[in-house]
Amino acid sequence: MAEWIDACAADDVEEEDVIRFDHGDRTFVIVRDHQDNYYCTDGLCTHEDVHLENGLVVEATIECPKHSSIFDCATGEVETPPACENLRTYPTKVENGRVLVAL
Amino acid sequence: MPRDYDLTGGYARRALDAGLVTEDWYKTPIDRKQMKALMKRADQPAIRDTLILFGLMAVFAGAAIALMPSWWSVPFWLAYGVLYGSAMDSRWHECGHGTAFKTRWMNQLVYQVACFCMMRDPWCWKYSHARHHSDTIIVGRDPEIAIMRPVVTLKLAANLMGLVDVPDGLRRMVVHASGRMLPDEETYVEAVFYPKTYRTARIWLAIYALTGLAALLFQSWIPLLLIGLPRMYGCWHMVMTGWLQHGGLDDNALDHRLNSRTVYMNPVSRFIYWNMNYHVEHHMFPLVPYYRLPELHAVCAHDFPAPSRSIPQAYAEMLPVLWRQRRDPDFHLRRPLPDGAHPYQKGPRASAA
Ligand code: FES
Repeated sequence: MAEWIDACAADDVEEEDVIRFDHGDRTFVIVRDHQDNYYCTDGLCTHEDVHLENGLVVEATIECPKHSSIFDCATGEVETPPACENLRTYPTKVENGRVLVAL
Repeated sequence: MPRDYDLTGGYARRALDAGLVTEDWYKTPIDRKQMKALMKRADQPAIRDTLILFGLMAVFAGAAIALMPSWWSVPFWLAYGVLYGSAMDSRWHECGHGTAFKTRWMNQLVYQVACFCMMRDPWCWKYSHARHHSDTIIVGRDPEIAIMRPVVTLKLAANLMGLVDVPDGLRRMVVHASGRMLPDEETYVEAVFYPKTYRTARIWLAIYALTGLAALLFQSWIPLLLIGLPRMYGCWHMVMTGWLQHGGLDDNALDHRLNSRTVYMNPVSRFIYWNMNYHVEHHMFPLVPYYRLPELHAVCAHDFPAPSRSIPQAYAEMLPVLWRQRRDPDFHLRRPLPDGAHPYQKGPRASAA
């Protein structure tokens, strides 16, 4: 059973933005979209393992800073190449101003 | 030492062993808020520029056709050719990055048109350019190195008329149309896209065949001057600006300030080239759209070598280096950094010099 982990304060992530979240030896990103929904996905792009923390968030998508693959943050689905593999996503919720992710 | 640029050759292995195949390139630190503002997309600048581009192409082609067979048509053909054979290169580039327009289908539409004009398969070149960004001027890895060492002057000069690129583009098109990929492409293109590449090549060959047929039927050069040939008679501007991107600079370095060049250019060249004269900036931060590169340039200036002041000045800097590289392929330029800039990062970070 996945455990809910406290990733960050909801305010740590600006609207339509992303921050990095490391847990154990794994790395993730926490994304906040234009409607204050939060998402957690694997931190590394599935194309060439570039970290998405410097990516561009537009609505509920994140664009990789290296070659511009776009992923849907809710489903992890890759929308534009060069990446071909979807990103892994993790259940995310906000409670008492904290972002919790189930890893 | 002469280099082996073959992507399937020994230098590819060497680059891996040397730790040069990595994401860990030097980046000038920029505050996240500022970076977000720089990456912000808009449709308006690219819609304006695209309307101007296609409008001018229609006007120049119309005037050229109306004036045929007079010699007065020549300047109009030449102007049309530069927009087809050179401006389409930068449209291919920007729309391939997905940064030109905010609206995705607009990027994709212009990308497809530009790919056709430039004779570049949309999928192969998407991946080849991704590799160029991952491994910029890493010998044995980067498929888009325009000036190889030692420099072969005749080959470079021939490409001012597309005499290297066009036969290569046609050869690839024929191979793709027959349902095959080339060995170098297999090292960087995802196999799921091969069928799309084959289909594109067949459609393009059909278009070129129809164009040739129309020329024969009407006993006229006009169809060929409109489609296909401008890739040759109009590509000189792309080649001229393209050589400046990395020519004479370092290779096998993990710092774009060492291997790329920013050059101030006149407004016409910047329109044709869609601001790719800010080339160090583009490589370091490829998500910044072309219309925000001047702003990015100002933000990074304290950490970058001084830009070349003009195209002639950049050539005056580069040509003697290329000449010397004919005998001494290891020779290259290293431009001084401003006081207070972060030192160059030649190799992997642990051994950064
Ligand atoms: S590393 Fe993310 S798209 Fe290439």
